[in-house]
Amino acid sequence: MEYSLEEVMETVRMTLYHNFDIRTVTLGINLKDCINSDLDIFKDNVYDRVSGYGRRLIHEAHELEDKYGIPIINKRISVTPVSLIIEACEEVDAPLEIAKTLDKASRDVGIDFIGGFGALVQKGMTRADKRLIDSLPEVFSSTERVCGFLNVASTVSGMNMDAIIMLGKTLKEIADRTENGIGCARFVIFANAPEDNPFMAGAFHGVGEPDFSLNIGISGPGVVRSVVEQNRDCDLTELSGVIKRTAFKITRAGELIGRELAKNLSVPFGIVDISLASTTKVGDSVAGIVEMMGVEKMGAPGSTAALSLLVDAVKKGGAMASGNVGGLSGTFIPVSEDSCMNEAVRVGALSIEKLEAFTAVCSVGLDMIAIPGDAKAQTISAIIADELAIGVINNKTTGVRLIPVPGKKAGDYVNFGGLLGETYVMNISNFSSNDFILRGGRMPAPVTSMRN
Amino acid sequence: MKRELIFITVIGKDQKGIIARISNAVFAHNINIEDLNQKIMGGYFVMTMLADITDSPITISQLKKELSTIEDEMHLKIQVQNENIFRTMHRV
Repeated sequence: MEYSLEEVMETVRMTLYHNFDIRTVTLGINLKDCINSDLDIFKDNVYDRVSGYGRRLIHEAHELEDKYGIPIINKRISVTPVSLIIEACEEVDAPLEIAKTLDKASRDVGIDFIGGFGALVQKGMTRADKRLIDSLPEVFSSTERVCGFLNVASTVSGMNMDAIIMLGKTLKEIADRTENGIGCARFVIFANAPEDNPFMAGAFHGVGEPDFSLNIGISGPGVVRSVVEQNRDCDLTELSGVIKRTAFKITRAGELIGRELAKNLSVPFGIVDISLASTTKVGDSVAGIVEMMGVEKMGAPGSTAALSLLVDAVKKGGAMASGNVGGLSGTFIPVSEDSCMNEAVRVGALSIEKLEAFTAVCSVGLDMIAIPGDAKAQTISAIIADELAIGVINNKTTGVRLIPVPGKKAGDYVNFGGLLGETYVMNISNFSSNDFILRGGRMPAPVTSMRN
Repeated sequence: MKRELIFITVIGKDQKGIIARISNAVFAHNINIEDLNQKIMGGYFVMTMLADITDSPITISQLKKELSTIEDEMHLKIQVQNENIFRTMHRV
């Protein structure tokens, strides 16, 4: 098989200069067979399962990085939603104990984040779900690597407003107990949460999954940004084609490495998530792509249209490249983790309302947004409800990762450190929705859910 | 036995001896050169070498370490990657 020098160098340049990589490999692990009503035995089972497979995941991923010369940025684990596996434990502190066990197992083998500390409560809560939600502030203040989620809404069940009321208060409690409210960065509130999402903080290994499943997230936005930069003068039809071809290539690379890693671990290959996920590195930014398309600052008029073109082109290229596209497969628009997004907030180009509009055309919601520490719990609940309603009505996944930063007000700078980035606190509306939110109950499933 | 092919790619300032030094390093470990292309692109020397590592006693990561000496001394960027990644990305 012959290759032109240009073809080979395209891949090499993507790797060397445009952050071409595999963004994440996430091993989903079933923990249901670790359940034991004796909490100590249960914890030992969980520790052994997670640390054993975690160690192998890291080793095999390093081997493939060497073989293909493509960095695998994150090696992570997702587990069965913890609320399900603590049902049989009477101990009040069972959720916390399991969280600490997951944290220790991850730390001991070098897994930076482990997802699945959560519950699916879109229609109501079991006793175990309630215990898990009550434990969240303590869990996030006493662990480093555990990530959590709560699915509180779905198209077929509607929205659990009682859970959403609780979460307004819970987010404030988590924030109060962790530096700069950083614990909230490890917690996502979902509508229509996918069971095979490889991206943190919302990854979990769903109940429809086999014992193991290796899911991967393709390369980030840097590569796409560079091809948009090389095509400054073409019209939007052509631009869509250019992005589509690049998405095809990076998805194929992701699938190759994902399948080989699954084979080497002797576990089933799950899905390729074709979401573009920004990092704090300059140039590796979804907002940077939109700006490179010709929008002065992310949030300016035209940004929603530009974002929709991007997401659609990536989906088309990705869907042709892999028969197993799954997970979230939209595009992430986190604020603190994306340098161009942050700059747009700093200069006043981007508001929460515009971010909410973006989520109508892409995944995955109001993500990594710092809000004033004195935001009222009911206002936070109302913001969550607005975002999740977009997911419920449009039959798609939406999520919320809000950080009410204690002691900070709109415009203040806050640094979360490392992968979680830095940001400016965003302004939220001062008008009240208390009476609406506090009605509680369950918002019924929309008519679009009646498909049978 | 399935052949294992690799691409060695070099980017850097053109200078004497680049191909000679890399070829020698590869030859020393029983790696067979199958194809070689070079060009000046945007003022930089660029080379791609397709090689068969099947019969070599060393691994890709050991070869990378060895080539990193040449990389440092000649101020080049040298990548070593299994050929599969190129087939996957550039051939349907």
